[in-house]
Amino acid sequence: MKRLALGLGVAAVAGIAWTLTAPRQVTADRLEAIAAINGDATAGETLFWAGGCASCHAAPGADGDAKLVLSGGVRLSSDFGTFIAPNISPDPGAGIGSWSVADFANAMLAGVSPEGEHYYPAFPYTSYTRMTDRDIADLFAFLKTLPESQVASLPHEVGFPFNIRRSLGGWKLLFFTDQPRVTLAGADDQVLRGQYLVEGPGHCGECHTPRNPIGGFVGNAWLSGAKNPEGEGVIPNLTAGGKSISGWSASDIAYYLESGFTPDFDSVGGSMVDVQKNMAKLTSGDRDAIAAYLKALPERANGWE
Amino acid sequence: MKFRTLFAAAVIGAAALAPAIAADEPQVVRQEMMKKVGGATGAMAKMVKGEADYDAAAALAALTTISEVAATFGDYFPEGSETGMETEAAPAIWTDRAGFDAKIAALKASADAGVAAAPADLDGLKAVFGPLTQNCGACHETYRLKKS
Repeated sequence: MKRLALGLGVAAVAGIAWTLTAPRQVTADRLEAIAAINGDATAGETLFWAGGCASCHAAPGADGDAKLVLSGGVRLSSDFGTFIAPNISPDPGAGIGSWSVADFANAMLAGVSPEGEHYYPAFPYTSYTRMTDRDIADLFAFLKTLPESQVASLPHEVGFPFNIRRSLGGWKLLFFTDQPRVTLAGADDQVLRGQYLVEGPGHCGECHTPRNPIGGFVGNAWLSGAKNPEGEGVIPNLTAGGKSISGWSASDIAYYLESGFTPDFDSVGGSMVDVQKNMAKLTSGDRDAIAAYLKALPERANGWE
Repeated sequence: MKFRTLFAAAVIGAAALAPAIAADEPQVVRQEMMKKVGGATGAMAKMVKGEADYDAAAALAALTTISEVAATFGDYFPEGSETGMETEAAPAIWTDRAGFDAKIAALKASADAGVAAAPADLDGLKAVFGPLTQNCGACHETYRLKKS
């Protein structure tokens, strides 16, 4: 009797865990609303650069027009293994050409694949989940206009236990949220636009915020900088608590995003070089909005110390 | 008394000598060289942005400064200067010396092309400024590490 109770207990816990870790798609209502939007590819191009899609999904070292061929292959090293960005070109076999906009929305907003599996958060759906229905539809329309590539996607090089995708359900329960990362009292429209770009498509926090040992963001440390996940050095603190840009004006920040130059005419470096090239393709209004948001951030001590 | 004077002289001498030694360290020399490039770039950028009037002599001087720095910049990364003096030099400089040298050569070539063009007006400067400054990020992407 005791053994039966214990057995039932274990089964119940396992059942609850299985249910809790199940990949959860975007609600049917929202998918329907997104599918009803006539996506605007021109507007989608801005989101393509804001989102930095090509930085991971173009072939390694691609420049110029080659950045529009999303054949994948960039390797992202992390404490959990090496993730290899897949082909997301419109090729129906090798890429995402056979996807519906609902498949795309589930990937971007819920981190769930068309096969119903969790994606690893190396794909920053943890930020993209803040994107609007309209922006998802527009970005999808733009991706459809890009050249097809037949290069096969490579499997991630991730060891046990991280190779069990179901376990990401637990990670999502702990860390996956579509709520704002900071509350900014009295934020005007410009700051709110900056917040959307930085916390959503721009996914700046993915590198600029410190993480705990299982890859979740450390609390109250938003954009305070972090160890460089790819080796030595740091990713700078973007708040007033750091020395990197705390002395810069909003127009200094906007000019840096446009030109790659600091106020001393030192230049952008590291992985920010590619990000800055993307930011240079935004409107000056959007760069100003990002700058206004960064200036409004609460002050935080360096996240890597 | 004599000893005390000697000692005082030695202390003063060492204090006077110390900054001279630091300034000779390759880490410091190369940092100063990059600051010169930053100053030259800033002078041209202010013209390009329209914050300063076009000045052909100043533009040529800035291009010449960058060319001169690029000519010897690579000499200041000897073995043993990988760390210290708040250097932001990336380990890749020493593990991929040929790649690093190629970036410096590309900067020199761009600066020399600018000097040879000797831009007479703002459009002329803009034509050399863009390609020249592409070299900054192209090198810093791999060979510089932010440490704070």
